Amino acid sequence: MVAVRLLGSMRSAIGGAEMVEVEAANTIQMLNALKREYPVLTDIIEGGVSVAIDGLVYENAWFTEIKPDSEVVIMPLMKGG
Amino acid sequence: MALDDTKRDFKVIGQRVVRPDGIDKVTGKAQYGADLILPGMLWGAVVRSPHAHAKILKIDASEALKLDGVEAVVTRADFVEQKGDNFADNLDNIMAGKKALYDGHAVAAVAATSQRLANKAAKLVKVEYEILPHVTEVDEAMKADAPVLHEGRKYTGAPAGSGPNVTHYQDYGHGDLDAGFAKADMVIERSFKSEGVHQGYIEPHACVANYNTDGRGETWVCTQGPFMIRDFTAAFNGFNISQVRVTPSEIGGGFGGKAHIFIEPVAAALSKKTGRPVKMAMTRSEVLRATGPTISGHIDVKIGMKKDGTITAGYLGMRAQGGAYPSGTVDMATQAAFAAYDLENVKSEGWNVVTNRPKEAAYRAPGAPLGVWGVESVLDELCQELNLDPMEVRIKNAAKKGTKSSYGPTFDDMGLLTALEAAKAHPHWNAPLDGPNKGRGLSCGFWFNFGGATSVSLQINSDGTASVTEGNPDIGGSRASISMMAAETLGLPFEKVRTIVADTNSIGFNQETNGSRVTFAVGLATIKAAEAAIKVMCGRAAKIWGIDEEAVDWVDGAAVPSGPNAGDFPPMTLAEIAKVAVQTGGPIAGHHEVTADGAGVSFGVHIADVEVDPETGKTTVLRYTAFQDAGKAIHPDYVEGQMQGGAVQGIGWALNEEYIYGADGRLQNDGFLDYRIPVASDLPMIDAVILEIPNPGHPYGVRGVGETGIVPPLAAIGNAVSRATGVRMTKLPMSPPTVLKAIS
Repeated sequence: MVAVRLLGSMRSAIGGAEMVEVEAANTIQMLNALKREYPVLTDIIEGGVSVAIDGLVYENAWFTEIKPDSEVVIMPLMKGG
Repeated sequence: MALDDTKRDFKVIGQRVVRPDGIDKVTGKAQYGADLILPGMLWGAVVRSPHAHAKILKIDASEALKLDGVEAVVTRADFVEQKGDNFADNLDNIMAGKKALYDGHAVAAVAATSQRLANKAAKLVKVEYEILPHVTEVDEAMKADAPVLHEGRKYTGAPAGSGPNVTHYQDYGHGDLDAGFAKADMVIERSFKSEGVHQGYIEPHACVANYNTDGRGETWVCTQGPFMIRDFTAAFNGFNISQVRVTPSEIGGGFGGKAHIFIEPVAAALSKKTGRPVKMAMTRSEVLRATGPTISGHIDVKIGMKKDGTITAGYLGMRAQGGAYPSGTVDMATQAAFAAYDLENVKSEGWNVVTNRPKEAAYRAPGAPLGVWGVESVLDELCQELNLDPMEVRIKNAAKKGTKSSYGPTFDDMGLLTALEAAKAHPHWNAPLDGPNKGRGLSCGFWFNFGGATSVSLQINSDGTASVTEGNPDIGGSRASISMMAAETLGLPFEKVRTIVADTNSIGFNQETNGSRVTFAVGLATIKAAEAAIKVMCGRAAKIWGIDEEAVDWVDGAAVPSGPNAGDFPPMTLAEIAKVAVQTGGPIAGHHEVTADGAGVSFGVHIADVEVDPETGKTTVLRYTAFQDAGKAIHPDYVEGQMQGGAVQGIGWALNEEYIYGADGRLQNDGFLDYRIPVASDLPMIDAVILEIPNPGHPYGVRGVGETGIVPPLAAIGNAVSRATGVRMTKLPMSPPTVLKAIS
């Protein structure tokens, strides 16, 4: 299980929990698990999110490994100038 | 490899080599977007809405088409309707559908045999409008009874009960704000207001589209994203992506504003309709009315501090507008706001609302300057009230490796404390600032930095040189830095490597040149491509020597046996291997395709000295110094240029630049005479101090440097003006009338 820290809008959507735990070994497994266990998050996730794993921010990296003790944070999809 | 390599002595990296684009640019040979002329070419012009909000009832182009030499008119009906918010909103922005949503919104376009004729024909296109109530101000747009821009559209990111124009809400933070404020010896709350500003690139948008009626063709364009142009042009015109070839021209500034689509699919539609090349180039008025600008809005900040300078809690709320279509840039403003500090209790939240203004475009660290401006201003005021040294307070509270950032992730290696210590020790910080009406301001700044999808190809040439092909337009010296990284890896002198930016058919996909990503991500891919070529060259040497490939190393630009057991052969140089490449197995090349991650965060610290004329309210910047962590500065001249350019744009944002709308919703200052960007005579030398704290995510330690430089100036200048005048500045720009009003 990995602990996932959610965006504010995600927290509101699932009733306020800041952290949730899902079974996942990489990014895409984690996002799919979130959609499966919290269908209300599907639109937000499919609208595009970034994922920070152990301090590094990933935008499109399905197979980045997540370890059981990894720090995982969902962030908005970001853009630069 | 990463950290070991960042500690090594470089031969090419870090040198100030002669910039490869210099001669072309100073002699006028460089080809920009509007420089291409093709046989049989037509000129395009756009018909734009003079109304901020209006239904388009009818478009009649018959009078325009009667003119001899007018070859085509296109409207929304000539484009393929899109699904999905991103493509649908961008199509609606480049060519209005049922409604014009802002002053300057494109509603039709014409192509004619001269620019003058195209302009004349555009005026003859009759558009029948039903004028609707408009809204350009954030708080008005948020109201439940505000004019609605997109009737019936549901925004999944808007909180329940929001007004019909609210598109987005997000919050970040951790800890207990109430408990944090209760521990404070002083709490200050302030509200700030900013206006929209434009990226202000000198070269207006320009392109030449050359398509056939079968959908095959090409576009020449000044852009930060040729692949983005390709994909939108294909989708909007019903072309197959493989048949659309986009070649990026030299670019006269972009700063994020050219990472978007505007006239390019329109030129392609006119070309497709006529079967002839079509050139389109915006006027400055069109650039200001219909491209860019930034988000703008209201920022509320509340910070608590102990007498010893410890920040006990921080709150920021931003209500932003991003023009006529949904924008998420407020997210970056709210995430970046407190990123420089290690806080137990912090919360930032942001709302976005649509208004009858042009669609917001990215601008250097999008959103971050505004959030940081609010936080750094209140921090400075707390330092004044508690009689604390603003540098020491920032050092005391600075985020560092292991800090849980205000936006969630825990920081790795980073250079904020190093930058603050460097600033503290710098002669500027310690120089006296004598005389009345003068003030010194300080601010930290932050930007995330990105990686992204990247492709690079590298050839070894028969004369022992190397050619690198990449797909990201060079907006800040990347051709030099990419050549330098290739040269360093291959063991060649810089002069033996040339990098070009290729068209979309000549290299794999690349994300836009933005997010401070190119030196990091393209550099990383270049190093990998060079390593792939080295592997091939080692293999060729092994064949020639008759030994195993694994028994060959690459040292200083030559293959060498890896040890005594591998055999006694003299080094075989890259040139020697390249000369016989065809005979030993074929051409030698390397390539690398990756979605690069691991871009290290970037911090900067700026110091500004100003003098304010109490009679006119005019602010003169007396001295300015910028400190920034570059990870590893590949070409220090370009790094300094990025820091200086960011600082100058931030100074303009702080002191003069603003979008001014009339009561009719029309932009009042659509030219550089009335929209005032800083010029050289407005500014002192911007001193740039590069710091190098290697990014563990890059083989040579590179961090992006393009964006952080614009983040601190708003607050550095604001804090300096506030100290000079004795009045806390809360409105941007701090133009002479604003300052006079504040101090009177």
